[in-house]
Amino acid sequence: MAIVNLSGVRKSYGALTVLRDVSLAVERGAVVALVGRSGSGKSTLLRCINGLEPIDGGEVVVDGRRVEQNEASLRQLRQEIGIVFQSYNLFPHLTVERNVTLALSLVKKMSAQEGRAVAEKVLSQVGLREKMAAYPEQLSGGQQQRVAIARSLAMQPKLMLFDEVTSALDPELKEEVLKVMEGLAREGMTMILVTHEMDFARRVADQVVFMHQGRIHEQGPPSRLFAEPETPEFRQFIASTLN
Amino acid sequence: MRTFTSHDILFLLQAARWTLALSLLAFVGGGLGGAILAVGRISRVRALRSLASLYIQVVQGTPLLIQLFIWYFGISLLGADLSPIVAAAIALTLYSSAFFAEIWRGAIQSIAKGQWESASSLGLTRFETLWYVILPQSLRPALPPTVGFMVQIVKNTSLAALVGFVELARAGQLVNNITFQPLPVFACVAVIYFAICFPLSALSRWLERRTHGHRQLVRGT
Repeated sequence: MAIVNLSGVRKSYGALTVLRDVSLAVERGAVVALVGRSGSGKSTLLRCINGLEPIDGGEVVVDGRRVEQNEASLRQLRQEIGIVFQSYNLFPHLTVERNVTLALSLVKKMSAQEGRAVAEKVLSQVGLREKMAAYPEQLSGGQQQRVAIARSLAMQPKLMLFDEVTSALDPELKEEVLKVMEGLAREGMTMILVTHEMDFARRVADQVVFMHQGRIHEQGPPSRLFAEPETPEFRQFIASTLN
Repeated sequence: MRTFTSHDILFLLQAARWTLALSLLAFVGGGLGGAILAVGRISRVRALRSLASLYIQVVQGTPLLIQLFIWYFGISLLGADLSPIVAAAIALTLYSSAFFAEIWRGAIQSIAKGQWESASSLGLTRFETLWYVILPQSLRPALPPTVGFMVQIVKNTSLAALVGFVELARAGQLVNNITFQPLPVFACVAVIYFAICFPLSALSRWLERRTHGHRQLVRGT
């Protein structure tokens, strides 16, 4: 059974329609890459999945539960879904360790020791165990983004969302973040990512979804999709990313 | 008529205690009221937002002196007799709460939206997000305008003289009426006001440095 099921999702900001009748199913353990030009609605779609964007029509179902805009049900839902943002959004006033353990103690009601153990584990996983006591601004962008990934992983989500997580990073810093994500994919984490890294999508994704003007224009496994794009829009998009 | 002596200075200092007391009442009462109003201003409940906003606009849009007169003279017409200090404390508290609320709302809203999003995505409630994530970061931007307004409050307590409350400014008038030496008398009054306000500003600068200890640590490396 699919872990994420979107059916007929519609969303607009005033007169501007960003999602028109989008339906998508994501299987457990799958890696799905959402690609498309800016403004095609891919980030909005991603943010609808954990309820950050309320939808105007249709239905989003995650792990058998309908996503509703009320605080109690969103709080439940979001414990199952990790999300990593383009701008990291670490808490600048807290150490790396506290960034990871804050939600563990508040939401999961873990003790300080339990939280610390989890923090050590997930920070090791992203290669930053030695940075526990550092503050975010003492880290490079790539390191901050890896802490943000660790912070999400600490909640043991069933699904991870990545919203252009390498777009703000210098090329040499992108790699370290992509490597962490690739490791996650290999371990079987269900991942939905909005990305401009076509090589990464080609190599790691099971399914690529091309969005165009608020619709899913074309989708399929990357091997087929990139080799034989069906629509002129996707062909053009691939060409533009090769520059 | 007699000359301005050390006795008069002592009298002024004693009156200054009332200025201090009135200021403290306004800080505490206004701070509490301001915190409640600030939360109201950022509430998701529209009615609360409008109510807080209406209160703030009314209070900010009318002179403190008039508010003071309403509490002192107006309320007594309704049968309740407020002493000058109670009327002044109420007026200053209500007045300061509106300004504190706007200062703090601004500081809260200066924190990037991404902080709210990442905290709520981790499952934190709105209150937890506010308390553990947003407010600690709002302290620094809130501090300078907060202290700036506290200094205003100290000086505004002098309006209580107009309902007959003998605080520092009124005491200065009384001493001047006897000695008729306005220059030394009011210079002395000004120095005492300054002696109250200056440490406040100094404290603010010190706190500002302290709330950002780790940033300086970074610059040092």
